[in-house]
Amino acid sequence: MSSIPIARRGDAQTPAGRGSRPAGARRRDWRMALEIVAFTAPALLLFALFVVWPILRAVQFSLFRWNGFGPLVDFVGLQNYASVLANEVFTDAVVHNLIIVVASILIQLPLGLAIALLLNRRMRGQGLLRTIIFVPYVLSEVIAGVVWFQLLQPGSGALEAMLGLVGLEGPYQGFLGTPSLALPTLIVVLTWKYIGLAVLLFLAGLQGVPDELVEAAQIDGASWWRIQWSITIPLLGPTIRIWAFLSMIGSLQLFDMVWILTGGGPANATTTMATFLVNEGTKRQNYGIAAAASVVLFVIALAMALLYQRFVLARDVAAADVPRGVR
Amino acid sequence: MSSTTSTVPTVGESVSDPVPGGGRQRRRRRDGGRGEGGILVFLVALLVVALTLGPVLYAVLGGFRTNAQLAADPAGLPDPWVFDNYRSVLLGSTFWTYLVNSVAVAVITTVVTVVCGLMAAYPLARYQFRWREPLFMVFVVGLLFPATVAIIPLFILVTQDLDIGNTWWGVALPQAAFALPMTIVILRPFLMAIPHEVEEAAMIDGASRLQFFWRILLPLSAPGAVTVGVLAFVASWNAYLLPLLLLRGEMKTLPLGVADFSSQYSSDTAGVFAFTTLAMIPALIFFLAMQKRIVSGLQGAVKG
Repeated sequence: MSSIPIARRGDAQTPAGRGSRPAGARRRDWRMALEIVAFTAPALLLFALFVVWPILRAVQFSLFRWNGFGPLVDFVGLQNYASVLANEVFTDAVVHNLIIVVASILIQLPLGLAIALLLNRRMRGQGLLRTIIFVPYVLSEVIAGVVWFQLLQPGSGALEAMLGLVGLEGPYQGFLGTPSLALPTLIVVLTWKYIGLAVLLFLAGLQGVPDELVEAAQIDGASWWRIQWSITIPLLGPTIRIWAFLSMIGSLQLFDMVWILTGGGPANATTTMATFLVNEGTKRQNYGIAAAASVVLFVIALAMALLYQRFVLARDVAAADVPRGVR
Repeated sequence: MSSTTSTVPTVGESVSDPVPGGGRQRRRRRDGGRGEGGILVFLVALLVVALTLGPVLYAVLGGFRTNAQLAADPAGLPDPWVFDNYRSVLLGSTFWTYLVNSVAVAVITTVVTVVCGLMAAYPLARYQFRWREPLFMVFVVGLLFPATVAIIPLFILVTQDLDIGNTWWGVALPQAAFALPMTIVILRPFLMAIPHEVEEAAMIDGASRLQFFWRILLPLSAPGAVTVGVLAFVASWNAYLLPLLLLRGEMKTLPLGVADFSSQYSSDTAGVFAFTTLAMIPALIFFLAMQKRIVSGLQGAVKG
């Protein structure tokens, strides 16, 4: 018996001469195929049923006018897409999503880097600081949103009380109730919620910067700023690029925080693609419109992911060989 | 570099904090370069802590005040401290009902994700067969499908076709399905890294591939499994959109409960703070206990 497993491994590595092998080997192939199916079946079933199928159905729904009851009969072709793309609320939502994508990266990248670089030194309480700054990230968007909603209340919120202490006055309808201020306020709250992730990932990336490089630069008389700018930050490149990717994908799908803080208002000033489609689907029963919006969301997210992969992350793959060669 | 005595290896030095002997001189020089920022760093750290914890602490303290106190001075401290808000939330049944639902949904999600993910990752990592890479790519592509895109058909599938709309499983199974791609992408390299010598030794001792999976691979992959499990648990615990569409009444989870409470009792600000604070506590305890796992999981996900 003991010699068989070794032979089995040999079989597996050379799937070529299958026809000439004895019946025992073929039976082992069958057994292995059965094991593969049995092991992967639960995951594949779940994935097919709850991921692939709903997404295909979304594409199907988007071609029909349907309110969720009765059969899908009212085929309208691409009309749902036309009406979604002509709907100013939706196109504004796309713009809001893109503003949030760009603002999140432009604000959180320098801020996160600055905090990470400041924390990246041997100092007492560093671990505690890291834990504290990560707390908002651990809370759910709903809980964070409810707390901020109360802080930002016009008239009774703590923020206005604090502004009052320094002689300032909040906007009459509150930060979330004034159309021109709602989106910037949302971005501030999102920064508070997600800066911890950026700091954490950047700190982890900084652990990978070799001390020898920093020390060599110090011996050469480089200043702290110069070292960060010329050595540390470039070496953080891959971490930063992946973080930006995660941030972008998250911003495109943003729902929870908006739903809690503003519900998309005031006057659709903070509507995102996700709040638009949930609103259309669950409140107005326009399943065709909601599905068309979700397909557009998917296409935008996919296009941005592929472009990012192609033009930004590809550098990491290409560069990955170089340092290995140098070492 | 020259001042380093031979007893202190360069590599060890960067790891260990206290540096004996010749290293001290260099350490001082390094700190000197940064030392001027000492006060500045302290102030910035203080500001970051204040801004980060401020809103959280405000909610915690707000729960100890009355609505009258909150209205008179929104930015003040509890005076006197009031325990009624917390007491009434804790003595009522809704909070506990939501808590039980949250725990149940998160546990089911986690178990299903980890079990299915480990099982699928095993052949994808250690069997040689023609469809291995294409099969793996199916899950990699799955990373690009956000649940938001599928939310409306998912809602119809769960409520109408499967008729498990207002149940724990109805929320947990889709959540597990959407957590699978990341789980498999993290676990596969983990299982691949276990040396082939270990497998060969087991086979020589007469173990089948199944026995190898059960007796050797599972224990060895425990750290990876815990990491993906924690990530799945946290994602489920914080989930809002899917439960919002699927769960109602007695079946709601904590995030739904918090959102409901804050809109239903919007005039009872102190009560909202108490309820929200209590809803934070399980997540914070879980995070503190699992901090290393969460952090390493997120970092692993980024590297992967």
